[in-house]
Amino acid sequence: MITFYGKEFSSRLLIGSALYPSPAIMQQAIRASGAEIVTVSLRRESAGGKAGDAFWSLIRELGVTVLPNTAGCRSVREAVTTAKLARELFGTPWVKLEVIADNDTLQPDVVGLVEAASILIKDGFEVFPYCTEDLGVAMRLVDAGCKVVMPWAAPIGSARGIIQRDALNLLRDRLPDITLVVDAGLGAPSHAAEALELGYDAVLLNTAIAKAADPVAMAAAFKAGVEAGRTAFEAGLMEARDFASPSTPVVGTPFWHAVS
Amino acid sequence: MRVIVNGEPHEIASESVAALLRELDYEGTHFAVALNFDVVPKSRWLETPLKTGDEIEIITPRQGG
Repeated sequence: MITFYGKEFSSRLLIGSALYPSPAIMQQAIRASGAEIVTVSLRRESAGGKAGDAFWSLIRELGVTVLPNTAGCRSVREAVTTAKLARELFGTPWVKLEVIADNDTLQPDVVGLVEAASILIKDGFEVFPYCTEDLGVAMRLVDAGCKVVMPWAAPIGSARGIIQRDALNLLRDRLPDITLVVDAGLGAPSHAAEALELGYDAVLLNTAIAKAADPVAMAAAFKAGVEAGRTAFEAGLMEARDFASPSTPVVGTPFWHAVS
Repeated sequence: MRVIVNGEPHEIASESVAALLRELDYEGTHFAVALNFDVVPKSRWLETPLKTGDEIEIITPRQGG
């Protein structure tokens, strides 16, 4: 089991609801992933429009826990107001907090992120901050009251997998009591497995499933990858070493002579 | 009076948030409203007045990652 702000879940895969070829495939892929937490966004509704109602009924049919994001927000003010709109709309104190610094890389504005997280937590929010692998930033987020920290593996939608493995290792080592989620940049189930093998509590992904040729099959593959990675972490991976060490016993090797 | 709704200028007759939503034909049930960066809870749409130059955001749930 994994706990997010006191709520228990069995799946360690959090999934996004965007970019699927159709609403039906979105629903099937989310079900196939086994995810119990689904991210959603807030967007302007045009006059007379009911697009929000249609989408919301699809999500409700899934019976999942909703994690609203502040995607696209470029300032503390926008992110804080968007989070408050999400609380009003979804009735949840949860928010995936994104404050974006740069349009091309979607690099988090970590300074604004810490400020926004601090404001929201004082207002009763339970914040899931999307951040970089920087340890100092993660520690400031924890100081602000975040119980969950979500560093990227690579830029959003890039499918590159974990670029800064050592930095993610260090975060895990230094923040043993914080729920750590690798969010963004994963492209393959093996990337997700790697995150779980490192001791990360969960992964959050969207594009790698939604943009696969068969999103439903890929969702199942990511589910298996996450489960394999977690089981491996719990089983205890052996240490890497520099030289070979024979797995077959040496003693009794035919024609063997103890000479160097 | 002239206000900004979702980033676009609108000439409206409504004097409250609730009246504005009717005037602009919002029929859905799942949206939230911010007035000048402050959330206006649904319970206060009727009593919240509008004035010239107000910036109103009307938002709904959408796909997100």
